Amino acid sequence: MDLTADYLGMTLKNPLVPSASPLSEKIATIRHLEDSGAGAIVLHSLFEEQIRMENLELNHHLSSHKDVFSEAQSFFPEPTQFHLDPEGYLEYIQNVKKAVSIPVIASLNGATLGGWTDTAELMQQAGADAIELNIYKITTNPDQPAAEIEAEYVKILKSVKSKIKIPVALKLSPYFTNMANMAQRFDDAGANALVLFNRFYQPDIDLETLDMRSDILFSAPQALRLPLTWVGILFGKVRADLAATSGIHRAEDVLKMLMVGANVTMLCSVLLRRGPAYLKVILEDMKQWMEEHEYESVQQMRGSMSQMNCDNPSAYERAQYIKSLQSFKPQQ
Amino acid sequence: MVSKEHTMIDGNEAAAYVAYRTNEVIAIYPITPSSPMGEWADLWESQETKNIWGSSPTVVEMQSEGGAAGAIHGALQAGSLATTFTASQGLLLMIPNMYKIAGELTPTVFHVAARSLAVQALSIFGDHSDVMAARSTGFAFLCSASVQEAMDFALIAQSATLQSRIPFVHFFDGFRTSHEISKIEVLPDDTIRQMIPEDLVHAHKARALSPDHPVMRGTTQNPDVYFQARESVNTYYDQCSRIVSGAMKEFAKLTGRTYAPFEYAGDSAAERVIVLMGSGCETAEETVQHLQAQGEKVGVVKVRLFRPFDSAFFLSVLPKTARTIAVLDRTKESGAPGEPLYLDCLSVLAENQMNGEKKFDCLPKVVGGRYGLSSKEFTPGMVKGIFDHLKEANPKKSFTIGITDDVTHLSLPYDPEFSIESKDTYRAVFYGLGSDGTVGANKNSIKIIGHDEKRSAQGYFVYDSRKSGATTVSHLRFGPKVIRAPYLISQAHFIGCHQWTLFERYDILKHLLPNGKFLLNSIYGPDDVWRYLPGKVQAQLKEKNAKFYVIDAYKVAKESGIGSLINTVMQVCFFAISKIMPIDEAVREIEESIRKTYGKKGQEIVDRNLKAVHGALQHLHEVNTAGQPLNGTPFAPPIPKEAPPFVREVLGTIVQGCGDDLPVGVFPIDGTYPTGTSKWEQRNLTQEVPVWDPDVCIQCGKCAFVCPHGVIRVKAYEDKHLKGAPQTFKSRPAKDLDWKDLTYTIQVATDYCTGCGICVDICPAKNKSKTSLKAINMEAELPIRETERENWDFFSQLPELDRRRIKSESIRQEQVQQPLFEFSSACLGCGETPYIKLATQLFGDRMVVANATGCSSIYGGNLPTTPWTHNADGRGPAWSNSLFEDNAEFGLGMRLSIDQQRRFAIELLLRIRNTIEPGLVNALIESPQKTEADIYEQRERVELLKKQLKKSKQKEAERLLAHADMLVKKSVWIIGGDGWAYDIGYGGLDHVLASGKNVNILVLDTEVYSNTGGQMSKSTPKAAVAKFAANGKAMAKKDLGLIAMTYGNVYVASVAMGAKDEHTLKAFLEAEAYDGPSLIIAYSHCIAHGINMTTAMQNQKALVQSGRWLLYRYHPERGKAGQDPLILERPGKKISLEQYMNMENRFKMLAKSHPETARYLWEEASEELQLRMAFYEYLATFRKNSAKKPEPQNAEVK
Repeated sequence: MDLTADYLGMTLKNPLVPSASPLSEKIATIRHLEDSGAGAIVLHSLFEEQIRMENLELNHHLSSHKDVFSEAQSFFPEPTQFHLDPEGYLEYIQNVKKAVSIPVIASLNGATLGGWTDTAELMQQAGADAIELNIYKITTNPDQPAAEIEAEYVKILKSVKSKIKIPVALKLSPYFTNMANMAQRFDDAGANALVLFNRFYQPDIDLETLDMRSDILFSAPQALRLPLTWVGILFGKVRADLAATSGIHRAEDVLKMLMVGANVTMLCSVLLRRGPAYLKVILEDMKQWMEEHEYESVQQMRGSMSQMNCDNPSAYERAQYIKSLQSFKPQQ
Repeated sequence: MVSKEHTMIDGNEAAAYVAYRTNEVIAIYPITPSSPMGEWADLWESQETKNIWGSSPTVVEMQSEGGAAGAIHGALQAGSLATTFTASQGLLLMIPNMYKIAGELTPTVFHVAARSLAVQALSIFGDHSDVMAARSTGFAFLCSASVQEAMDFALIAQSATLQSRIPFVHFFDGFRTSHEISKIEVLPDDTIRQMIPEDLVHAHKARALSPDHPVMRGTTQNPDVYFQARESVNTYYDQCSRIVSGAMKEFAKLTGRTYAPFEYAGDSAAERVIVLMGSGCETAEETVQHLQAQGEKVGVVKVRLFRPFDSAFFLSVLPKTARTIAVLDRTKESGAPGEPLYLDCLSVLAENQMNGEKKFDCLPKVVGGRYGLSSKEFTPGMVKGIFDHLKEANPKKSFTIGITDDVTHLSLPYDPEFSIESKDTYRAVFYGLGSDGTVGANKNSIKIIGHDEKRSAQGYFVYDSRKSGATTVSHLRFGPKVIRAPYLISQAHFIGCHQWTLFERYDILKHLLPNGKFLLNSIYGPDDVWRYLPGKVQAQLKEKNAKFYVIDAYKVAKESGIGSLINTVMQVCFFAISKIMPIDEAVREIEESIRKTYGKKGQEIVDRNLKAVHGALQHLHEVNTAGQPLNGTPFAPPIPKEAPPFVREVLGTIVQGCGDDLPVGVFPIDGTYPTGTSKWEQRNLTQEVPVWDPDVCIQCGKCAFVCPHGVIRVKAYEDKHLKGAPQTFKSRPAKDLDWKDLTYTIQVATDYCTGCGICVDICPAKNKSKTSLKAINMEAELPIRETERENWDFFSQLPELDRRRIKSESIRQEQVQQPLFEFSSACLGCGETPYIKLATQLFGDRMVVANATGCSSIYGGNLPTTPWTHNADGRGPAWSNSLFEDNAEFGLGMRLSIDQQRRFAIELLLRIRNTIEPGLVNALIESPQKTEADIYEQRERVELLKKQLKKSKQKEAERLLAHADMLVKKSVWIIGGDGWAYDIGYGGLDHVLASGKNVNILVLDTEVYSNTGGQMSKSTPKAAVAKFAANGKAMAKKDLGLIAMTYGNVYVASVAMGAKDEHTLKAFLEAEAYDGPSLIIAYSHCIAHGINMTTAMQNQKALVQSGRWLLYRYHPERGKAGQDPLILERPGKKISLEQYMNMENRFKMLAKSHPETARYLWEEASEELQLRMAFYEYLATFRKNSAKKPEPQNAEVK
């Protein structure tokens, strides 16, 4: 059985890819994931804030009490050099590359256009096989029109693309008025893959302390529906590869995503909860299902249930909504 | 001669540069102003910089200067070349070993940044008191007078010590030379090598202790031989001066710079001569040249080699024509016939005359004088004043210069306006706040300007000793010739004022030359600024016909994204206005230096600073002063007129920056000052202050509890007192069930607030309709300044609640107790002061404090105004600082003294019991004095006793009257930081703990030497970066609490108020109540941790949640009662050590500077933490668990 998947111009041994998460912060865990069957690995994100703010913070603490008192001209010894981010991250890419043989996708997470995008070039030099660019932005300014925000997204992508030769996967939010149009524009701007979708971590409230809480929730199984819909719609309409992420917890979920057209499926919550070894379980279940249903390859099923190829294309659109209403029988 | 390389460095770095290159073992201990020498050595070692033999010296931090000297002695004995750096009392601690090292003829050089000794008060500034106290050790003393000489003489001393075998103290003036930045020629390694003969190094090593060729040293000698053996070294001392002279000649061949043990400058037929050493030589020589040019027959002898004193050499340089000689000492030796240098010179001259050698036809008149103590300025005007005085027939013996002595009238007059500044020298003075980066910018400007080989540059920086709102004044000189002016600028071409508020503290324009330039950082633009200027400033600008420029530097800095650091902005403006170099060239240099300075910290920082450079040029404006009216407002007096006369006239003058003008007669003769003076100095340091919202407040008292400056006050009082309250005064019924009849107010003393915001961060009550607001919120200070001042005055006169109505164990009640430690000059958000304040609230009216030297003695005892205060009855903490190393012993002495006096009082009471009211004697003796009520009643009894005693004429009654107050309980507190408790004072602390006496020891544990700049102590946790631990501390933190517990009878508590305030309160109460030694180790966050001080209490919480800091109380009484004496407080929520460490730059920066080291040290720290927690768990449950275990079956096993 051929489980190989094509993603970002690379052939992966299977379409299971652990997505950017704390799981990839340690080389030992990455090795464990590889041993459990991962097709590729997306490293934890290097954040725009990490590149900009942490260095500013370091500078602040080293300099804010300098030359203030007669007895203490400073409070820290100042080393001749710092291994600042992105340096530390780049070194990590190199070490991961040495440690594993699966493709390593570095992840760059930001929200604005700026010097931090130069880091993509350094990631390429450090040996990353591809870059996942995660544009994570929640616009709260009521005066900023959507067109401006969309244009900035495209600019960020172009800025990164212009600096590197390795492929770029763009991780997106679903909150665009016309997702298909945006997908098209990203495709035109050179995105080698679209990763659908970014999950925005919404805050919570602590009722006792009246503080905002920002603990991260694992994805729920129903989160699957959103990427499933959009992968299905976009399959065949954009040149870029499609990666599905969110709510993929079981082999069935992987299969569904492949069928609607995903090149690869990204896993996170399930591995955080059940550990890296669970990847093996998913892979085995997937193989078993394929054997039982006599599929020969992943390629064979890829896109088979997409809007383009399924027997009911309108199911992806409004018609689907009407149909579900029709199937609804109010209780008497 | 080799090609010359120049650099811009200060005296400390210059000396350390040579010391590092010519030694193999360096033992250090921080002490101002010598600490940077050790810090440089440590940094170079961490960077693997090599000495001249291609190896990195071993640098070790010791527990005290005594320890450093011991380690050096050992290293020398074992054959290494070894050195140390020190100052002041630190040098005194080395004296015992110095005698040994010299007695054994062991070559070494100690580099000393000479500093005042703590006498009537401590001073960190420069004079020769310390080196003079060590002059009899047998060391040679070689004195540098400038930064260049600090480098040169370090090498000459090293060379001479190897040749002569006599150990050297190489010293230079603390601050004036140690901290002056100057352009100097660097000694290349080749030159250094040529000055250090390899054979002498080998000879030193051959004399070393080695089992391969064993000898013994350090025998005991008896009356029969000790004396003779002591005399056996004489020839070595006889040759020393010649050797130094030879080394200086050799040095001259290599570098072109000539020196001699004594140097004369001036008229070869001078009649009046000054003899002195140190940086004053430079001033004296320049002044002599100036006066000589005017035809005066004057000269100066610069003493370089003070010991061994070469009489012949000294005589040889003195001109035969000298009629009067003034020998100046930068020290004071009370009770001596004169100061040391004077006596030396006098004896040499007298001997010469007496022996008939008669260099002089007639013995010149020789007078001694004192100058420059504690870095008091020594100016050309003073030199001229002395020369003028020497013209008199009977010049004053033992005169002083630079002060006004209205008591013994020893001071000489001088003209403060007299100036010899070169016309070629450009002079600029900058006034700034420590936190705004002014000094950093100026250091950078000096480097830029000095970089040009045709220019010399000099920078000296005067710092305030306050830790919050500290001011800095930078004095910069630039010129084509070498600058030899070790005194402050009094005639400036340029003055920069980087903070508007400084107008109120300094006469900023006093020293501006006519037609000079004035740059002001101002929120007001060129069209508006004039009308906001104080009247005096307007008048000065007009009188001096000054060119006046403004820039809104904070706006430019903010827009550029560099926050409140206005250094780059003001630096660009200085270059643009001064035109000291073409502005394009200056901008290029500044940009280059920004890239160099910030490059390693990321491009973002570079970009932001570059943006600020260009923003500065765009926003700099000249102000048109022509035709502007003189309509500015006058300054308010620095101290309110209601203040007591001493505070107003003496302390007020110091507040104004005019302390130099105060005469001798106004000062207390024994260093005794009144308490309660900080309230007279309203500093208005912040633009935002906390404001109470009584409707949201739950009256928990936490805001007042954590306030580092004691500005948040709580009172509960009867409603009737509200009569006449200002309109905006806030109050609400007290919520506490015990106080149903009372009204409650939280009042902020806004004039004293530093705006740290820690109160707002800790406040647990949120506004129910707008949760961003709490029960206390930061608001703009200026709009409420007047109303809040009025409210504070009203609040201050409200009565304090009767202490018998306060349950001290409840924070909300306890916080109405009046703090007797208020408005200190500690850093914004200081983590130490809330603990001290708490102790004063609980026990202040009966507290005696022994305070170790360190942060707490600086913010607690630094003039002009001090925070320890008293209550309305006049009672309050009595405070004293002895030294750094002896604080525990100092406090124990207080305890012994108080106990002795109490015992004597009881004895007297019993002796005359028949004459005293029946019942009173027993009540006085038997009162338990455990509660506030007990103490109140005892005080009443003592008053009654005193009344009765006053009526008696018995001798015993008189004696008892003098001791009666000792019948009221006195609470002895021994307070200090971890540098004291864990390191230098540990031996004493241990002994005091073992004494069993009733003392309360409060260790304010910041885990570094905070006061001297964050050097590692044994309290520093593993993996933290600190000075002397640049690569992260590899050893675990010493467990002081555990060590103390092993005595069994010591109460020990480990507290962190930000983690659990009730626990802290309980520990303080238990510690004080325990009749034996108590030790409270109080975690104190600090600016040296690299944290946000506003949210520092959250760091404390995380610290405890991670398990790195354990909260516990070890109570010996519990042990006696059969319980586990250790009570461990377990945090509710737990976080990982890594999570906590990531909150503090001291840990985080290691991951960025040495990622590999960080990784394993963090892991080790985490493992050790688990072990420690398990061990404490075991200790805390040992008895409980053993009680559960069944008895062993087989008794025979025992």
